[in-house]
Amino acid sequence: MNKLDTKFGEYGGMYVPELLIPALDQLEQAFLDAQKDDSFQAEFMALLKDYAGRPTAMTLSRNLVSNPKVKLYLKREDLLHGGAHKTNQVLGQALLTKRMGKSEVIAETGAGQHGVATALACALLGLKARIYMGAKDVERQAPNVFRMRLMGAEVIPVNAGSGTLKDAVNEAMRDWSANYDKAHYLLGTAAGPHPFPTIVREYHRMIGEETKAQILEKEGRLPDAVVACVGGGSNAIGMFADFIDDPSVRLIGVEPAGKGIHTSEHGAAICTGSKGILHGAYSYIMQDSDGQIEESYSVSAGLDYPAVGPQHAFLADTGRAEYVAVTDEEALNAFKLLARKEGIIPALESSHALAHALNMADEAEDETIIVLNLSGRGDKDLGHVINILGDDY
Amino acid sequence: MARYEAMFERLNDANQGAFVPFVMLGDPDAETSLAIIRQLILSGADALELGIPYSDPIADGPTIQGASIRALEKKITPSDCFAIIKSIREEFPEVPIGLLLYSNLVLKRGVETFYQDAHAVGVDSILIADVPLREAESFIAVAEQNNIQQILIAPPNASDETLRTIGEKSSGYTYLLGRAGVTGAETAVEIPASELINKLTQYHVAPPLLGFGISTPEQVKSAIDAGAAGAISGSATVNLIAANLDDQTVMLAALDQFVRSMKAATVKG
Repeated sequence: MNKLDTKFGEYGGMYVPELLIPALDQLEQAFLDAQKDDSFQAEFMALLKDYAGRPTAMTLSRNLVSNPKVKLYLKREDLLHGGAHKTNQVLGQALLTKRMGKSEVIAETGAGQHGVATALACALLGLKARIYMGAKDVERQAPNVFRMRLMGAEVIPVNAGSGTLKDAVNEAMRDWSANYDKAHYLLGTAAGPHPFPTIVREYHRMIGEETKAQILEKEGRLPDAVVACVGGGSNAIGMFADFIDDPSVRLIGVEPAGKGIHTSEHGAAICTGSKGILHGAYSYIMQDSDGQIEESYSVSAGLDYPAVGPQHAFLADTGRAEYVAVTDEEALNAFKLLARKEGIIPALESSHALAHALNMADEAEDETIIVLNLSGRGDKDLGHVINILGDDY
Repeated sequence: MARYEAMFERLNDANQGAFVPFVMLGDPDAETSLAIIRQLILSGADALELGIPYSDPIADGPTIQGASIRALEKKITPSDCFAIIKSIREEFPEVPIGLLLYSNLVLKRGVETFYQDAHAVGVDSILIADVPLREAESFIAVAEQNNIQQILIAPPNASDETLRTIGEKSSGYTYLLGRAGVTGAETAVEIPASELINKLTQYHVAPPLLGFGISTPEQVKSAIDAGAAGAISGSATVNLIAANLDDQTVMLAALDQFVRSMKAATVKG
């Protein structure tokens, strides 16, 4: 039986083949032991500080916001080694892999950011990585594929299904079913079966903890809102975790509306509100009237996922967090704006959150402090954005 | 008497194990699927394990995934699958029919409704590939209310605690996993140690049928010699469908020959 709660309200759980239960139990035990083990924590903290570059900066935007009542801070996860927040929890899980005596790592990746983070952690810690990536994503994220291979990871394109992140997760779970004895499945987001949503949250919670300390130092008070993009939801849960018990702080998750949530081309699982099971967890998912999983869509590969982490589903239902959706077009506008006004090129994922934060800033009537989690940098997206924008920037 | 119990009694009297083929409902289309399933029974299948096509089958290898894709391309829905089963049940009142599928299809229809509908068309058992024991409680309760037997999986790495729980809750049969990994004939079954079979007996689990990687009569014989009540063969059966999509006569002849040879291997002694 489990030592931690496996569910968030009705969400979450362990909807996986019986075969994987011992591997998930082993992981839960290793995580719990590691949480209490000072030497593990010291090694994790040292890697975060000396290798990955924590704490990351928090930058007050200078030119982006015209409303004088609003201060918009950017939590700079884009400055983390690897180019996105993903490195945090990957280092934690890579250390857990070693702790469990396993030598191989299986991972899935959408945008390639989790794959890159996995590849760098495995290179550093001497683990053998194989990374499943939808064939379509392999094409649209070519530089990240090269990065992973350069750092010694094997990248395996997945042609099954829609050839995107959900199919890569399926394939990674299949591989794990056969190889759990020697391989750890290093899941890349706060979704999947227990204990992944809990582990991923705990290994990203320093994002919110640092934010809290930094804002208290700069402003002497908590922010009015923290805003983060939500695909599976790892950077958002990392930002939210330390603020959940601070009711004055609005927690706002921004889903990808793609070409509009009233079209079939989006990835806004919470905003469109249909519940079901995908990849081991009960949560909000995108499905048809028979329960077949629908293909999601977003300009941003990292948000192109037809489900969401179970804790977000719970936070949405209880009203503790709010979830909105932002279209491709709005995200691209925010992407251009941040580059032009602040000299920062954001990831397309983070651009979704930025677009919403800018709307909030425009509409604010009172003194307002907003912290945006700038979860990644946009270098990886340049090829894709050039194709979309052409000369229009 | 429930159909599985009647089958095991009949086979026991005849000194045989069970041969249970798996196919995907609606593969490659509804009409051919019906002809395939009739053929399996006429050729000697003791029971049937039938899949409902699903978009994200995480426990399946390429062969069964391929069957799902073919059926989904023909827009086969769970309701279409129930209609096929209804026809089979009308023609073959005795053969035990099990469904093997994924949880989201059950949830979306509504767990109660799904089990009611399954019972109404003559389904005997339901195995949900992504519902482990730990999540099974609510499904077992609904199964019992609707005269469906919930099939539980005993994996090779199961703890004693898991086997004990299976012993308490299993009915119909127990799906004994022959190896780790996903479905597929590419990786052969590992015949379980007599130690595991003995434990299953000790915990009084429903009769174990060995599955995953069974594609030859020799493997069926070894499974039964090792103490399994029978064997399930999915990917090898589906491969014969996939290899003969352009000629139904050849396909059915291949299935006939395959099922006969697998069934012959269930005779003990």
